Amino acid sequence: MEITTRSLWTLIHGMGFGALYLMACSGALVELYRRYCSQNTAQPTARDETFLRVYLAVMAVLAWLAVITGSYIIYPWYRAKPPAGTTDLAAFPRYFLLSSPHTSAWHNMGMEWKEYIAWIAPIAITMAAVVVLQYGRRLKDHPQLRNTVLCFVWASLLAAGVAGFFGAMLNKNAPVEGGDTIHLVQGEAK
Amino acid sequence: MNTSAATTTTLPNGPGAAAVLATGIGSFALGLLDVLADKVPSIKSWMNFYNPTGALSGVTTCAVIVWLAAWAILNLRWRGRDVRFGPVGTVALVLLALGILLTFPPLADLF
Repeated sequence: MEITTRSLWTLIHGMGFGALYLMACSGALVELYRRYCSQNTAQPTARDETFLRVYLAVMAVLAWLAVITGSYIIYPWYRAKPPAGTTDLAAFPRYFLLSSPHTSAWHNMGMEWKEYIAWIAPIAITMAAVVVLQYGRRLKDHPQLRNTVLCFVWASLLAAGVAGFFGAMLNKNAPVEGGDTIHLVQGEAK
Repeated sequence: MNTSAATTTTLPNGPGAAAVLATGIGSFALGLLDVLADKVPSIKSWMNFYNPTGALSGVTTCAVIVWLAAWAILNLRWRGRDVRFGPVGTVALVLLALGILLTFPPLADLF
């Protein structure tokens, strides 16, 4: 069982930071709604407050790590230009996808959308984390502010969802491969 | 006596309004710069901060700078005071929606 370094980075970016962020996003939406928007009159404890603040801060870190690794580690491999005369484009995902009308839209629409919309996720969730850090339970006193913050968290879920979907489909159609090979488990031939 | 207690527990909406409006501005800047870099070759070239990543590096770096600068400026103006949140929140959400729409390639191609 082997994996290349580029595949490993793609896994860290997508399954590590991206998927974890998406899962955390739904939890944050439920918790923010339950705590500040519902008719729940019970005051959250200081421990609950700290938990939500740390949770959102970790989400912001995950979102920044996802876009930075995606943009500055994996994307350069994805868009690398093949040397003149190259016929096997498997190691050049962007050019591989663009070489066929059956796959070109995965780049022209999928990657072109994903690479930019993904950045809305860390921007929005960082704002939400700072507002919750600043206001805490006092967010209940500002219904318009908390509803607007919730909309931004929904937007960050949408942005991360679009990026995650196209990331998975791009990797399925034209995986980023190459680099050193890491041997994970030595199998037995039958 | 009660006033001081209230003062310590009440936080005006200004800092929160600054945060959401700045985030709307930053999201819109991201979408706008994406379209400009796609349509104007000189801007695309100027946005190429880091060659392996191309214009993506400049567009996202500039959008983050716009977001943080807007946040700092608005926070300086609105900290410690209440603002009319309705129009601020509406503008922030409209800018966010426009930013998302402008990153969508079929819509960006209309320009």
